[in-house]
Amino acid sequence: MGVGNLPMNVELKHIHKHFGKVHANNDIVLNVPSGTIQGILGENGAGKSTLMKVLSGFIQADSGEILLDGHPVTIHSPADAIQHGIGMLHQDPLDFPPMRALDNFLLGHSGGLFPDRKAVARDFKRLAAQFDFSLDPDSYVDSLTVGERQQLEILRLLWLGARVLILDEPTTGISAIQKAKLFETLRKLTAQGMTVIFVSHKLEDVEVLCHTVAVLRAGKLVGEVKAPFQTKKLVELMFGKEISLGARQAAGPGRSVLELRGVAIEDIRLRMSDINLSVRGGEVIGLAGMEGSGQGPFIRACAGLMRTVGGRVLVNDRDLTGKSYHAFKRNGVSFLPASRLEEGLVPGLTLTEHFVLSEETKGLFIDREGGRKLAEDRISSFNIRGTPLSTVESLSGGNQQRALLALLQDPLSLILLEHPTRGLDIESTIYIWNKLKERCKQGAAIIFISSDLEEILQYSDRVLVFFSGKVSSPLDASKTTVEQLGNLIGGKGWESLKTEKAHG
Amino acid sequence: MDTQTLITGLAGVLFAAAPIVFAVLGETFSERAGVINLSMNGSILLSAMGGFAVAYSTENIFLGFLAGVLIGAFVALIVAFASITLKQSQVAVGFVLTLVCRDLSYFLGNPFMGLPGPRLPSLPIPLLSKIPVIGPLLFNADLMTYFSYLLIFLAWAWIYRTRPGLMLQGIGERPAAAFVRGANVNLMRYVYTVLGGGFIGLAGATYSLSVKAGWNGTISGLDGIGWIALSITIFGGWNPLRAAFGAYLFALLQWLGLVLQPSLPGIPSQVLQVAPFPLMILTLLFVNIGNAEWVERTLAAMPESTRRVLARLLRALRASPPAALGVPFESE
Repeated sequence: MGVGNLPMNVELKHIHKHFGKVHANNDIVLNVPSGTIQGILGENGAGKSTLMKVLSGFIQADSGEILLDGHPVTIHSPADAIQHGIGMLHQDPLDFPPMRALDNFLLGHSGGLFPDRKAVARDFKRLAAQFDFSLDPDSYVDSLTVGERQQLEILRLLWLGARVLILDEPTTGISAIQKAKLFETLRKLTAQGMTVIFVSHKLEDVEVLCHTVAVLRAGKLVGEVKAPFQTKKLVELMFGKEISLGARQAAGPGRSVLELRGVAIEDIRLRMSDINLSVRGGEVIGLAGMEGSGQGPFIRACAGLMRTVGGRVLVNDRDLTGKSYHAFKRNGVSFLPASRLEEGLVPGLTLTEHFVLSEETKGLFIDREGGRKLAEDRISSFNIRGTPLSTVESLSGGNQQRALLALLQDPLSLILLEHPTRGLDIESTIYIWNKLKERCKQGAAIIFISSDLEEILQYSDRVLVFFSGKVSSPLDASKTTVEQLGNLIGGKGWESLKTEKAHG
Repeated sequence: MDTQTLITGLAGVLFAAAPIVFAVLGETFSERAGVINLSMNGSILLSAMGGFAVAYSTENIFLGFLAGVLIGAFVALIVAFASITLKQSQVAVGFVLTLVCRDLSYFLGNPFMGLPGPRLPSLPIPLLSKIPVIGPLLFNADLMTYFSYLLIFLAWAWIYRTRPGLMLQGIGERPAAAFVRGANVNLMRYVYTVLGGGFIGLAGATYSLSVKAGWNGTISGLDGIGWIALSITIFGGWNPLRAAFGAYLFALLQWLGLVLQPSLPGIPSQVLQVAPFPLMILTLLFVNIGNAEWVERTLAAMPESTRRVLARLLRALRASPPAALGVPFESE
């Protein structure tokens, strides 16, 4: 085979794992023959991660057996796993951002005291060429996109002799093009006999990629399905019930909540100019583009977090150009950043403390009892799985996002969201969007960034596409397809947009 | 100033900088692994005193150096145990240790105050010391000065050229990723912290047995050196070459303060004595200027070719601390 790694069958037999009272893995039996892509599907907390941590040596199962090519093995550590030929690609690639790609590639490879960097670089380039990855071994990892960092990790694991590749939620945070590239790579690897285990909560990814899908729910393996898949069947297995996506509703013409007139925004890397946009209440605008194409600065400029360098920004017909974030906030603009724990919530503080903090301050001292009641109210109305005294970092991603929504003030005219459903399962995603739609009905407009093109087309009325500093005129979401959007994001098909601009 | 005086002066700078180089390299190793050894200031004093006491009592200068190394390593072991095994705050533990060690050195050192003791002999290297300019500048010093040169390059080569050194970078940067790659993170942290502590101890012994031979308690002039070494470690961006450069710069500024004093009678002598400290801070600011947002913005406006050259220069100058510095590691 191409990378010279032999194929391997993986069998899991009756794996049990408890964390305290939680039975995270309950009698999991799974057989993955070499040359297949095995999907592991399940909502957040279903036990996917635990199972993969057992297989990759991070934790040991309480009972059960792992068989590789029919031989029972004990995997003591992740380093031990790779010795056995099991490599894991983590959701947030476990690499060293300030170091060069080559050093990352090399780190952990055993050999003499002084590694031969030239020989390693040759191997690196040979492997990269095999998968058509354009990675510069001398580039610093912190200058790479998440997709490129994944590519680097995949190369490294293959180089170390991985015969089984476990990927944990790999499509979170990468662009549509990188996703296509990743899938192509995985197909190529399995064609060469490699075993791929693909962990995800994203139905559409699992459906297009996997040969077989095992569905986990509440620690148990509830079913295994072979391709071709029926979405309905998978959803039923995942949640034990049917879930329907909310239907698109047309936004009525509301009052203007945000107007950008000839706005120019400047960031270290790019400059966008002459952006014109008028957003009405009740409208949802999706921002599409590869990571770092300008959506981030754009949404921050709309939030007043980033100074515009030209043009005017009007909120509710009031000129707020150059005003601070607080001025925007007073005018009903709210921003929910992608990094929930870094920018949105305060780790270490409880839900109650968050709700108290977000309320208008009355007096110096905290009204504990009032705060607790407020928290209980919001927790039940936003269906947050947690108690008033849970710290925010102890919540799952979906519940953190719900908490952020619950923290939004009332009423609002403009809600800005960055990757509102990144890393969330379908149930949470639908829940979050229902809550957001409610806000729209009350007259708020929403602008959101997402790398999930289907999400953008599903929920927005209009779409702005960003490509290396260019901003498209607003596209009608109902008349745009995923393919068109994908092309635009990759910089193709912009010429035809120019003509539309006249009446867009 | 004639050439002869200048060369002798500069040779003196290299000589005086040797213990700072040891201390800075020791701290660099420790912090590279993710452990801040804040006990350095006290540790240097205690090993200076201990080194002198042992050398004086045994009349063997090498036992004195050995004692210094062991004391430094022992203090570092306490820091390592408290922070790695007990997962206590490295800052709190280090800070208390630095005060305890300092007072301990003054207390235990009383019997040895002002005694004439052994001193590391000067050791000109045959042939090499006869080379004009370079000879008297570099090769007419003592064993520890030579060892400081050697150690700079050994430390640099270890961190940037060897496999374990690469892993060391990884351990301080992202221990979880290093663990996945097979590192025994906590063991390595112990090893590098204790090794670094040994170098810090060697710095102390080098003061009391060579650079400022003898033990003079509170007037030894050693109190504060450890803090300077800590800031030079940061200034040096956890890179042995840059750290050594910082150590030499500091020694040079101190020497200039002394030399310029007679020719600048208008300036109070205190100003020249204190000047190296703010100058160090200024240099530090300058070196890390690339981190500032306004610099990035100014760069973005420049023509592409200029921008690329400047950006690369700033990137090379810029130093970010090991990301996991001071953070305990747990593998699940």
